[in-house]
Amino acid sequence: MQEKISTSPIFNIVSRILFAPIIIFGLYVQFHGDYGPGGGFQAGVIIAAAFILYSMIFGLKNGETLVPVKINRYLMCVGVLLYAGVGLVSLFLNGKYLDYNVLSSDPSGGQHLGIILVELGVGITVATVMIALYHSFASFGDSND
Amino acid sequence: MNFLLINFFLISILLITTFFIFKSTSLIGIVALTGAFTLVCAAIYVNLDAVDVAFTEAAVGSGISTILMVMAVAKLPEGKIKPLVNLFPSLIISVCIVIILMVIISNLPLLGDPNAPIHLHVTPEYIKESESFFHIPNVVTNILASYRGFDTLGETIVIFTAGLGVIALLTGNTLNRKTKFTKKLKK
Repeated sequence: MQEKISTSPIFNIVSRILFAPIIIFGLYVQFHGDYGPGGGFQAGVIIAAAFILYSMIFGLKNGETLVPVKINRYLMCVGVLLYAGVGLVSLFLNGKYLDYNVLSSDPSGGQHLGIILVELGVGITVATVMIALYHSFASFGDSND
Repeated sequence: MNFLLINFFLISILLITTFFIFKSTSLIGIVALTGAFTLVCAAIYVNLDAVDVAFTEAAVGSGISTILMVMAVAKLPEGKIKPLVNLFPSLIISVCIVIILMVIISNLPLLGDPNAPIHLHVTPEYIKESESFFHIPNVVTNILASYRGFDTLGETIVIFTAGLGVIALLTGNTLNRKTKFTKKLKK
């Protein structure tokens, strides 16, 4: 099956213009989640949306050179391990599992640090899983025709 | 008053969308209408002051899942449209479900009732102490990442596992291996 790549200049230019702002908005949602609505899940989905838009417009092959499948799969694990790792670090610092109080000298700062790291882990996992889902859906059926 | 009007408007849009989802015969049209449905749901959540839920609903429900459904529909073979034949059993089931839901709704506490059981358990503690302890204004983030850290870890692992499952099913050698296996069986 030959992959269809959009040749329309409207899609092409609009996606070029939108790509960076979507990622910036995703990062804003990620790191501003403590102060406004948002957090890791939403940010991950938004960042994944930018990459999915890219591979929808420029084709799956270009999308896979932008986010190589292997790196994407490693990052999937990195997110979960970051989350679980924060719990382990607090365990080693004589706290309970996922007890962020011990991460910094004062409990409130520790909570802040822990929440940011945990949300980052969630964000990485969600974004990469969504990209992986899209890529596997899009490439399904191409290889065994 | 405004709140009620907006809610009434949004819920009537929901009903209209549902009707057209029911009427529609093209799969891609149903997918698009479902995206619109969840977007209206997100608007209802904003109206109920549940901004975080609305954000998630808009991003996941009407964004990513619509795209994934479109991709899945694009991979489906074209089939013939079969008209619905006997509507009577499904009509009975729907009416029964509506009656059950109505009975349940009449037993629920009113919307925003401060004495509802769900607002009396741990929520007052979270709201009272979280800002002074965490110095993070968004209580939802505090509950999600700290009070309920284990739950969120579980959710992350669920998403990770879902991704692994899809990768294992749809890419790699799984499909080829199966065809080789079936070829051996045929021999």
